[in-house]
Amino acid sequence: MQRPTVAGLSRLLRKREASSRELVQQCLQEIERHNGDLNAFITVTAEQALTAADAADALLARGEGGPLTGIPFAHKDIFCTRGVRTTCGSKMLEHFVAPYDATVVERMAAAGLVMVGKTNMDEFAMGSSNETSFFGPVRNPWDPERSPGGSSGGSAAAVAAGLVPAATGTDTGGSIRQPAAMTGITGFKPTYGRVSRYGMIAFASSLDQAGIFAASAEDAALLLEVMAGFDPRDSTSADLPVPAYSQEIGASLKGRRIGVPPEFFDAGLDAECGARVREALGVFEQLGAKIVEVSLPHLGLSIPTYYIVAPAECSSNLARFDGVRFGHRAAGVGSLEELYKRTRQEGFGAEVKRRIMTGTYVLSAGYYDAYYLQAQKARRLIAEDFRQAFAAADIIAGPTAPTAAFRLGEKTADPVQMYLNDIYTIAVNLAGLPGISIPCGYAQDLPVGLQLIGPAFGEAAVLNFAHQYQTAADWHRHRIARSGADGLPRMIDVTGSTGRSFSVVGTEMPTGKPRR
Amino acid sequence: MTWEPVIGLEIHAQLATRAKIFSGAATAYGAAPNTQACLVDLGYPGVLPVLNGAAVRMAVKFGLAVGATVARRSVFARKNYFYPDLPKGYQISQYELPIVQGGAVAIALDDGSHKTVRLTRAHLEEDAGKSLHESFHGQSGIDLNRAGTPLLEIVSEPDLRSAKEAAAYMRKIHQLVRYIGICDGNMQEGSFRCDANVSVRAAGAAKLGTRAEIKNLNSFRFLERAILFEIERQIGILEEGGRVVQETRLYDPDRDETRSMRSKEEANDYRYFPDPDLLPLVIDEPFIEQARAELPELPEARAARFVAEFGLATPDAETLTGARETADYFEGVVGALGGREPRLAANWVVGELAAALNRDATAIEASRVDAGALAGLIARIIDQTISGKIAKEVFEAMWAGEGAADEIIARKGLRQITDSGALEQAIDQVIAANPAQLAEFRAGKDKLFGFFVGQVMKATGGKANPAQLNDLLKKKLPG
Repeated sequence: MQRPTVAGLSRLLRKREASSRELVQQCLQEIERHNGDLNAFITVTAEQALTAADAADALLARGEGGPLTGIPFAHKDIFCTRGVRTTCGSKMLEHFVAPYDATVVERMAAAGLVMVGKTNMDEFAMGSSNETSFFGPVRNPWDPERSPGGSSGGSAAAVAAGLVPAATGTDTGGSIRQPAAMTGITGFKPTYGRVSRYGMIAFASSLDQAGIFAASAEDAALLLEVMAGFDPRDSTSADLPVPAYSQEIGASLKGRRIGVPPEFFDAGLDAECGARVREALGVFEQLGAKIVEVSLPHLGLSIPTYYIVAPAECSSNLARFDGVRFGHRAAGVGSLEELYKRTRQEGFGAEVKRRIMTGTYVLSAGYYDAYYLQAQKARRLIAEDFRQAFAAADIIAGPTAPTAAFRLGEKTADPVQMYLNDIYTIAVNLAGLPGISIPCGYAQDLPVGLQLIGPAFGEAAVLNFAHQYQTAADWHRHRIARSGADGLPRMIDVTGSTGRSFSVVGTEMPTGKPRR
Repeated sequence: MTWEPVIGLEIHAQLATRAKIFSGAATAYGAAPNTQACLVDLGYPGVLPVLNGAAVRMAVKFGLAVGATVARRSVFARKNYFYPDLPKGYQISQYELPIVQGGAVAIALDDGSHKTVRLTRAHLEEDAGKSLHESFHGQSGIDLNRAGTPLLEIVSEPDLRSAKEAAAYMRKIHQLVRYIGICDGNMQEGSFRCDANVSVRAAGAAKLGTRAEIKNLNSFRFLERAILFEIERQIGILEEGGRVVQETRLYDPDRDETRSMRSKEEANDYRYFPDPDLLPLVIDEPFIEQARAELPELPEARAARFVAEFGLATPDAETLTGARETADYFEGVVGALGGREPRLAANWVVGELAAALNRDATAIEASRVDAGALAGLIARIIDQTISGKIAKEVFEAMWAGEGAADEIIARKGLRQITDSGALEQAIDQVIAANPAQLAEFRAGKDKLFGFFVGQVMKATGGKANPAQLNDLLKKKLPG
């Protein structure tokens, strides 16, 4: 079977050559067959999905619905879904059922997309390998011994393995682009503020951005049109019209300028990965684009800057997980202090604790100026580098990650080694820019990602370049010819929801006693 | 050794918005626990704050009213600490760049002079919820109805030098926030509360002493008592050669003393940083001008106008402008009288009416005698239908709900005797009945003039026109 695309499935559905129910059932079968190996899904919402599929089919039968009506997909388990648990990959939220839908969830449902489940992820989106998940690591469909990347590893693996044609992700420091690169699919992170963060559980508010995994840039464009747009519930969301991205991807690249920063081709870049990226630049030249050199002199500051800003924000964002109102609560505590300490000790994993502690430290009295304030200055310098680069180029290109997929466990002992994997993606978040990773060949038989970065709100240009590349190269159509490993713990909850109920008193308010 | 107290206040005024500062939940007081807290107030995963523009407009109005700088760009920051009634684990406040910077108010001192008290700043923030420690069998209940209620924290410079001044300043701010309609000032409901920073130093010393902060004072009297106690306490320590410890203290009204809170509370490092969920608050000129246009005439300006326009005495003008409702009522009376006799109207509002309102603990806007009705009564004094004295009787009847002034005057037959024939008759009778007093008066005992006035008044049931009576007596008594 050809890896399914959203655009292709949309055509099938409109021609009534397939029903939404059939597509959803197929996804559910694939999940049933492979999720035990991959561990891409934390929760599968089979019943709900079939109900939604039938509703979509009814619409389609009446000749109604939009281009995405009836298409199955999955949500990263960081997006709050009413009535379906949202775990964020953490024990802290193992049984948490949000009483509301995230804006992204709402919009995709309104477009007729059918959610089949919630995908695995690094705990609270903190990680680059999906190994910090309380629900266990996700395996890379290309090689079960390897990581799919992270933090949106579940979404990436699910799309790469053909379990779903598309899935949402979030990208705080590369959490969409890096796993997309490692699993050989298209992963798109829009401009900061382009997609609402409402209902997306916060890790680092000034960096977090929702985006999409799909088989192609064209699919990403179709899905982004639905996800993007101003949301009055998110003060940081941009009040700008959303272009019809899918209509703009066909433009010719003749005479367009691709900026290539030498900083992206440093000693840390795997030689084979570098070779694939350079070959991809050659394809762009064949398409009529010009390669120009641009410089990002402060790129080296991006990892230290990120590892001050992101933990600082996370230390504050995760303070609400205190055992008082929702989520895990330590049992048999004797005092308030013990409630806090034990709840958080039991509910959070090591990486989350590490970042909370780092963040608390860099914000504390006497250190704020030395760390947080300096990081903000460095952040401005990095953003300024990009601004100047975009004066000379329409798009910036380079590798997504320094290496292809690494082995599970390979970097878990050394957090800094893990952090360094995001060297090419993190600066893009610090500057708030749109970026995409598209497959551009193989290194050591594993997919390599090409990263394209656009100016702020230049999603159309990024998607246009990516799509034009995909008309000239077909890496994105490659299927995985391996079977997964066996004997892994099955972490699948096919019931979907935990059945915890809420009564509504004026505003949404869980009543009754907090769970002990 | 003489000691000089140095006091600065931090006042928390709850802004009178309908919705909370970062969510759409209602701010009304007294609802059942947790019925006015939405997901944003509860700090649920994934929710985000959205600033309520009404709270911003109110803060701007305050800034304009105290002549402060309204920051064109201010920043919301997170104040991080753990407490069960703080759902997010941080309070959204303003730290480095508050919305209102500087400004000043004038307070009246006992000798009638005025003193300027400078403001450091006023910033927007959200209130926390309430922890209820009783009736939960050793557990604590959390009520988050108040969580997210908008507050304006108004910080003064350490310009106050006595408990009395501090109370006068707190009253002044209380009057002002109510006057410009940004806070209901209800202290029982916690809408207006205050922390006092108190220190003492040797008179003439330049350096400030170590301060203690007294938290959560919710009445003017408690503020005054607490500061008095604290000044004495600190002087006592210093005179014994000891040192004042910087700490947070609580005032216990039952024992009239301040006590140290556990110093554990002091160990908080709030780790302020700009809230990344909220963009910097940028205020443009049109927004400020709109707020300015919505501001009522401020008390000082209005009092000055009352003096200039109506010829009122300054103390009366200040009393009348103490609350906007009082000033509005007064102007309503003056308007209904077509501008006649504003001083008489002022006397009635600050006199009889104020006494009646006090007696019945009624707000002026709910007065049983409205401005139009009171003007109806005063009009009868002006046109000499009744005397001022009879008018008091009529007023009481009006207060008791017996109808309008004219009805009561007619029903009770209270029109004063302005018929000089009838009055002369009454005077002649009184003179004839008191020959001894008449003789004494004529022998030079001028004081007896009042006796005759009283007698005639008695004889006419108080209905004699006093001025007319005076004139006639002056003619008749000397013989």
